[in-house]
Amino acid sequence: MRRVVVTGLGLVTPLGADVETVWANILAGKSGAGPITKFDASDQKCRIACEVKPADHEYGFDPNKRVDHKVQRQVDPFIIYGIDAAGQAIEDAGLTDMDESTRLMAGCSIGSGIGGLPGIESESLVLANKGPARVSPHFVHGRLINLISGQVSIKYGLMGPNHAVVTACSTGAHSIGDAARMIKDGDADIMLAGGAEGTVCPIGIAGFAQARALSTNFNDEPEKASRPYDQARDGFVMGEGAGVVVLEEYEHAKARGAKIYAEVIGYGLSGDAYHVTAPHPEGSGAYRSMAMALKKAGLTPDDIDYINAHGTSTPLGDELELGAVRRLFGDAIGKVSMSSTKSAIGHLLGGAGAVESIFCILALRDQIVPPTLNLDNPSESCLGVDLVPHTAKKREVRAVLNNSFGFGGTNASLIMRKAD
Amino acid sequence: MSDTADRVKKIVVEHLGVEADKVTEDASFIDDLGADSLDIVELVMAFEEEFGVEIPDDAAEKISTVSDAIKYIEENKG
Repeated sequence: MRRVVVTGLGLVTPLGADVETVWANILAGKSGAGPITKFDASDQKCRIACEVKPADHEYGFDPNKRVDHKVQRQVDPFIIYGIDAAGQAIEDAGLTDMDESTRLMAGCSIGSGIGGLPGIESESLVLANKGPARVSPHFVHGRLINLISGQVSIKYGLMGPNHAVVTACSTGAHSIGDAARMIKDGDADIMLAGGAEGTVCPIGIAGFAQARALSTNFNDEPEKASRPYDQARDGFVMGEGAGVVVLEEYEHAKARGAKIYAEVIGYGLSGDAYHVTAPHPEGSGAYRSMAMALKKAGLTPDDIDYINAHGTSTPLGDELELGAVRRLFGDAIGKVSMSSTKSAIGHLLGGAGAVESIFCILALRDQIVPPTLNLDNPSESCLGVDLVPHTAKKREVRAVLNNSFGFGGTNASLIMRKAD
Repeated sequence: MSDTADRVKKIVVEHLGVEADKVTEDASFIDDLGADSLDIVELVMAFEEEFGVEIPDDAAEKISTVSDAIKYIEENKG
């Protein structure tokens, strides 16, 4: 059987635009939240977000490093973040100079939950105010979700599968899971897999606020707004950025002496079949997704030491996920650590599952689990579960589970462990 | 150099992300400046905005160098 390992990582997040900076900030308990600066949000119910910081910031993002000037002008932020994160991952994996036969078996599976919303918003205003003849000729391909995979394949000459998942907030996890299967099936030896999002724009914030999904009680204290499992939580904080990993067939990675971070051993998927935005009241979809991933991995709950929770800081979602984990884990619930890094970088929507999988991989590497910030007064249902409040925790980490759940009732779970 | 030429070159530099000294009057958008056909559509739109001229599709198709653009604008601007 073909095994799938992770050999490269790339991150663009509100806490930094390279893997080590982001990880150090996460472990230090920093928050990427702040007042919205990308537009005047004074008339919005939610006026905060976890924005990717500008290049001159201490841990800002410089798009000029890896994205051509012309491409930057033509595409939405999510594509720029995705191209950069993919470039980081390729560089990290030592794959910047692949020969043609390698590139024929290298592909991309980098998706997004929403895609080019800022550009759709602004170009709709051009259409309304100036007419159709002023709409950009780059409008369509600068907004399409599969255009991270498209751009990255063109830039690096990757001729294998070119795929893009769109499953709302489960996108990043599904992207990695689907890509791992493509490698297992022999469609590719190398896959760039992950997700990106960039929807901090007026209609993005208004839309999620109107769906009653965003935190609106902490506009004056942005760093306190994302507080998964805390009694005062009132919705998620929108984040933006991208996470991309290089997945590689194990023998292929070994033959070229690649650094191997982790092995992808379990992937579970399910549908709630219940409601477009509300999670199933018994968390049955979440339960089945995790159970499938465990079964595929050939593990039992005792083997899992860390769960990076979906944990968005919404009143309903956090409880239901925790309930599903509790039922699945039984007595093993007392030994596992489970945290939500959305407390630090917000909810990256289609990027979340990929970014959080990278945190899981780094937890395996460094034998430390990242904290859940702002967990001052845990909900009663949290009793007896280590949610890693406030500070990172050194502990044994043998295998990790990442959960991602999305609108439409779509669930994905990934399990990884250190490769032998 | 005329004011029109300056403004045309500035737009080309901004849109195509090329060095200003490469944007000579003889330069071909596609062969010398790395543009594709959609980039030219976008450039033509930018010229229309900047100079308040209308450049119909059949005229736009004949604009392949920087000097073609300058000449058309000089002859047609109000």
